[in-house]
Amino acid sequence: MRLYAVVAGGAFRRYATYRTATAAGVFTNTVFGFIVAYTYVALWDARPQLGGYDTSQALTYVWLGQALLMACAMMGGGFEDELAERIRTGDIAIDLYRPVDLQLWWLAGDLGRAAFHLLGRGVVPMFLGALAFDLALPGSLWTWPAFFVSVFLGVVVSFAMRYLVAMSAFWLMDGAGAMRIVSLAGLFFSGMLLPLNLFPGLLGEVARALPWSSLLQVPADVFLGKHTGWGLVEAYAFQGGWAVVLLLAGRLLQTAATRRVVVQGG
Amino acid sequence: MAADEKVPVTEVSEAFPFPERSRLLEGVRAYGLIMAMWVRSTMAYRASFAMTLFGDFAVTAFDFATILLMFTHVDALGGYTLPEIALLYGLSATAFGLCDLLLGSMDRVGRRVRDGTLDTLLVRPVPVLAQVAADRFALRRLGRITQGLLVLGYALVSLDIAWTPLKVLMLPMMVVSGAAIFGAIFVAGAAFQFVAQDASEVQNSFTYGGTTLLQYPPTIFAKDLVRGVTFVVPLAFVSWLPALYVLDREYPVDLPQWVAFLPPLVAVACWALAGLAWRTGLRAYRSTGS
Repeated sequence: MRLYAVVAGGAFRRYATYRTATAAGVFTNTVFGFIVAYTYVALWDARPQLGGYDTSQALTYVWLGQALLMACAMMGGGFEDELAERIRTGDIAIDLYRPVDLQLWWLAGDLGRAAFHLLGRGVVPMFLGALAFDLALPGSLWTWPAFFVSVFLGVVVSFAMRYLVAMSAFWLMDGAGAMRIVSLAGLFFSGMLLPLNLFPGLLGEVARALPWSSLLQVPADVFLGKHTGWGLVEAYAFQGGWAVVLLLAGRLLQTAATRRVVVQGG
Repeated sequence: MAADEKVPVTEVSEAFPFPERSRLLEGVRAYGLIMAMWVRSTMAYRASFAMTLFGDFAVTAFDFATILLMFTHVDALGGYTLPEIALLYGLSATAFGLCDLLLGSMDRVGRRVRDGTLDTLLVRPVPVLAQVAADRFALRRLGRITQGLLVLGYALVSLDIAWTPLKVLMLPMMVVSGAAIFGAIFVAGAAFQFVAQDASEVQNSFTYGGTTLLQYPPTIFAKDLVRGVTFVVPLAFVSWLPALYVLDREYPVDLPQWVAFLPPLVAVACWALAGLAWRTGLRAYRSTGS
């Protein structure tokens, strides 16, 4: 356990090293936040109370999206390209005979990364957004811890999905294609482009049931006070359920891969 | 000391044995060769290529799907109907797609400066810009262009425009000048990375952010933002100004109508500035030395 804490701390520090990159990222998050915010204002002007949000809740949703984009790795990235590369080059063989659990090792690292991205890439855009627009910040102090638990679960779900993608490199060798597709699905089905409660009919129901909704839609709704009491427990159970299922699937794929696939390299 | 370190760079560029004109041709030829090499290398992993091609098609398709989803709730956004927005979207996505295909890897300059591999490019007898532009040429980006063209096609079919020969000519003009304006931003962004190596993401604000902005009508944005992308970073010339002429729409910032025909000139001006920035950046380059 101590080992994994060290790994997580190391990952946090590793990402914290690139300060210019972080500042550049914050700038980009903020620019996108502004662009999307204006489109939402136009949309909510035409249809107030759309999806059960008022305009300031919709704007809060925009800036939460920008704040969580990197932390929850909605577009992918973070570790799976590195892991896939190790599989492609054959370095994975070394990882496999280390006396640590492969999945937990990468999970710990990804949690460290997410913690940094939440602080480094999340706080400033959210703050600037709150300065420029009238945002619906939580009325109750308890909403904040509830929100962070939901973000944590979102990061775990996100990790579990990206781990599955990285494992695909055992069969495909080049993981770029699978990564690309998952990153797209992540962008759309997390609700980053448009809140999932605006998706019509069956598409909406499917989108809200898919694991990606754990990355933004669920945490955002917790932040906006849409899930309280038993509703909050249900939201956690939804996220936690997907996390367990996807982590187990990753483990299964890993077992299959290490048994059947011949590692590349000499 | 600083002057000493710069010597190799100036030597290469000044001792280059071709006059200016054939140097451009040489650059284009080199670009073609490097591009062909990357295409062959991509084709080594066909399944992955097919997936990334589809992915690039889908990434923009999701953008447009978002607009379609918005229009399941409203009939007009900022006073614009779906076909009108589709025209803006199609033009911006196609122009950006074209530029992204040709120059999309320029955000890797910062990484090359950091790890020192830019030095390799400097000693080759080929213009550095051509090498950097063709670096990791990604054929998959055709997916993005295809999607943009499809939306553009939909817009042209469903819009009821009083076509004049001038308006018809403006369509290819917009795509080409638009791609050139975006291209100048890519080059200027790459030049900026000589100074701030890790800051490649800043240019995403203007490239990816710019194309997202242009997909929506100018009426929904704050006036200051519209002024900014008209006069400071001239993104409005990619699609808004000329397309609003085609659509017979008012631009929110008061400008004479002939401004709609300026995109080619704006593109040339942008490239002149970007070229200057690139040369300055390249001259200021100092190798990491390791």
